[in-house]
Amino acid sequence: MARYIAHVNVMLRPLVNDPQGLVVAGGLQSLGFTCVESVRAGKRIDITIEAASEAAATTAVREMCQKLLANPVIEDFEFEVAALATA
Amino acid sequence: MRAAVLVFPGTWSDNDCVWALSQVGIESRKVWHRETHLEPDELVVLPGGFSYGDYLRTGAIARFAPIMESVQCHAEAGGLVIGICNGFQILCEAHLLPGALVRNESLQFRCTDTYCVPVNTTSPFTRGLDASRGYLFPISHGEGRYVADEPTLRMLEDTDRVAFRYGTADGRVTAEANPNGSMKNIAGILNERGNVLGMMPHPERSCEPLLGNDDGNAIWRSVLASVGVRT
Repeated sequence: MARYIAHVNVMLRPLVNDPQGLVVAGGLQSLGFTCVESVRAGKRIDITIEAASEAAATTAVREMCQKLLANPVIEDFEFEVAALATA
Repeated sequence: MRAAVLVFPGTWSDNDCVWALSQVGIESRKVWHRETHLEPDELVVLPGGFSYGDYLRTGAIARFAPIMESVQCHAEAGGLVIGICNGFQILCEAHLLPGALVRNESLQFRCTDTYCVPVNTTSPFTRGLDASRGYLFPISHGEGRYVADEPTLRMLEDTDRVAFRYGTADGRVTAEANPNGSMKNIAGILNERGNVLGMMPHPERSCEPLLGNDDGNAIWRSVLASVGVRT
């Protein structure tokens, strides 16, 4: 078994209004960053797992996203899996 | 009639529910989230609170509690289920109701009285309610903005599954009366069979004339009438 780290990003789907992003955008603009067009805020979740292979780790993380980490009604997810040096 | 009031770690409105139900003669037992037994003729109540600290998403972890499988079976068998506030969020996460509850548009926790105008007046929870006026139910939530995609919203309206909309005392549904930015002012919805109701406002907190308002009792009386108990 090897160790892997998964970096999971969960974002509200494009059509779901994101008040947090709107407030951050307003804050940036009032700081003088008038170049800011829009902001979307989401969640980043890092998961360390043991798996037989990178493919097995990817399959497990995808299932975690579908079952718990993201709500498909309002959120999309994406993730990357990378090998970790064994301790 | 008897009720099963579910208790998750972080539930805070269970005592209010037990007390409110007792006022109309419904005897309750509390059911811990690790239990699995529900009686077929029990009214199942998922009260408000912050189950499992509301981490990740409201209701996301509670949905996997052992009792939720029994709630699913209870609902499928036609048993009555009401989810209030956090309970509504759990029912959506468990896909017993469509859509989701997200952060209030204002980004603020809102603790205030609202008027809820009944839309469906035929379900076990809402029969006999007066659709021409608002019922005073308090809200207390940070994540109560109801969202769903267009086809789902249309389906809810076309099949009379909107239970309540935020409105005024005289029954008008207005943008100003919407406390959290919910789509179409939706405050509560029903499942397809009408035996599962989810709502963000707290009827159990408006059941005492001494405190100035007992509009919430209309829901419990409706439930009693639906099983043939006269109040």
